[in-house]
Amino acid sequence: MTADHPPMATPGSVKPDPVLVVDGMQRSFGGIHAVDVDHLEIQRNTITSLIGPNGAGKTTLFNLLSGFDKPDRGAWHLNGGALIGIAAHRVARSGMVRTFQLTRSLARLTVMENMLVANQGNPGEGLRGALFGTWKASEAEARGRADTLLERFGLTHMEDEFAGSLSGGQRKLLEVARALMVDPEVIMLDEPMAGVNPALTQSLLTHITGLRDEGKTVIFIEHDMDVVQEISDWVVVLAEGRVISEGTPSDIASDRKVIDAYLGTHHGEKP
Amino acid sequence: MDWLGVLTDGILAVIGPFTAAYALSAIGLNLQFGYGGLLNFGHVAFMMVGAYGTAITVEAGGSLWLGILVGVLAAVVLGLLLGIPTLRLRADYLAITTIAAAEALRLIIRSSWAEPLTNGVFGIQGFADAFFDLNPFEPAALYGIDPFLVTGRKLWVMVVGWGVVALATLFVRRIIASPWGRALKAIREDEDAAASIGKNAFRFKLQALTIGGAIAGLAGILLGIEQQNVTPDAYLPQVTFILYVIVILGGAATVLGPIVGAIVFQFLFFTLDSFMSEAQANVDWVGRLLSPSDAAQVKFVLVGVGLMLLMVFRPQGILGNREETLIDDR
Repeated sequence: MTADHPPMATPGSVKPDPVLVVDGMQRSFGGIHAVDVDHLEIQRNTITSLIGPNGAGKTTLFNLLSGFDKPDRGAWHLNGGALIGIAAHRVARSGMVRTFQLTRSLARLTVMENMLVANQGNPGEGLRGALFGTWKASEAEARGRADTLLERFGLTHMEDEFAGSLSGGQRKLLEVARALMVDPEVIMLDEPMAGVNPALTQSLLTHITGLRDEGKTVIFIEHDMDVVQEISDWVVVLAEGRVISEGTPSDIASDRKVIDAYLGTHHGEKP
Repeated sequence: MDWLGVLTDGILAVIGPFTAAYALSAIGLNLQFGYGGLLNFGHVAFMMVGAYGTAITVEAGGSLWLGILVGVLAAVVLGLLLGIPTLRLRADYLAITTIAAAEALRLIIRSSWAEPLTNGVFGIQGFADAFFDLNPFEPAALYGIDPFLVTGRKLWVMVVGWGVVALATLFVRRIIASPWGRALKAIREDEDAAASIGKNAFRFKLQALTIGGAIAGLAGILLGIEQQNVTPDAYLPQVTFILYVIVILGGAATVLGPIVGAIVFQFLFFTLDSFMSEAQANVDWVGRLLSPSDAAQVKFVLVGVGLMLLMVFRPQGILGNREETLIDDR
């Protein structure tokens, strides 16, 4: 068994080197179990896709893992550190950053400011540092990284524009670039391709595989099965809040349970 | 019509300590509302606790300088008390809490129950002698170029007042130009997005609220010193809304906006006031149409119309960036 090609697995299967481990996580809205995950492990240094029909609980799971929502019960660990009860901004600082399904750009900040504000540990963000100007070195280092990232995402020519004046696709790219500026170990992307034109989608996919090759772990929610098949190392299928299946993309494509979840149990046989 | 008199009244109002105090308070509000997006509708309360903190300390036997320190600290404490319970919640809660707390606090101060400390509706007078003892000018002499003459007493308050305004402006410019200011603006734009990149929105908002409150506390102290008088009914809710007008008129989230806003607002307000009372007294048909007290109200109508025109034609204010103001913030 290798990290890249584990065998076909059952829901909740054990990974050789999990970066993120979820146990008994539940979240109900009214009487509906939006998320009900018994056990889930995310393998380090892979691209893991989270798929499932609308309302399967993918985004809710993201919100819970990233501290934007609180589960009714359950625990989850990043690199062995418990994240229960940790506020969203601390989750981000501990190395797991998420993006949003509906892009959230900081509209009245310029593109460059959007990037620089995501830099961590700048002494100028404390009032004392701000007053006594001890932040220039950290700022210069951040600007260098921001330049590289903006260039990689094709946004260099927009760096002095307000983020609010970018197109929808550019805002998506900026959000991913901004998340990377945090320099996270795990990056969670919520439908990064939605509303992005096909040419940009290709380059975004290249960036995502590039992240994995740099040693980062990517978890992303995606509806486009072609995309999922193309870049995922591992696929986790959610339906009605539960993990119903997980495995390699080709295993998942032929899994009866997955087809049922997407099409309903009474679909006709394919020719 | 005494046109020169009308203009002189306007200009004297603009350079006076009253304008300096309003500009200073607006600088605090601009930090909270313009840069931090905090809807503080009880800004006047920060001025009130600043002034009362100073006056009560002096009444109790402390020095004026200790009083100023107490006044500023009282404003900081008010910021913490209002901010800690509300700043984790949606923005509306701060708005509701501040407007209610400001009025409640004013009513407590003027109540007979608080009279031993605050002297109720009569307020506290004559607590700033130590400030005027330091006056390097001749208090009763007139300074300036005719017809722009001010007494040495007033000139002393003006010099100190505008000096504090300048220092506060430099202070705000420095922290806003720093990564702290950038993070504050990011939180104003989208708190969740800011949290997703590791920013503790609560900390930044609480800091902006208390620093802005402390600056407003200084403004209240300045007003109290100039008048040698604090009374609860000088701190009505409309003071807060005049300050909002000043901030928006000058250009919210600009460093010099509050000063420009305060100057333009005061000039228009006092020039109109003087103009209407002149016209009422000297122009026949105006005198027949309006009584003196009616004429005094017209300025409010005209200021209101002016603000509507401003919002329609220049929503970014005088110094604001139109592109930035009209940006589509989805």
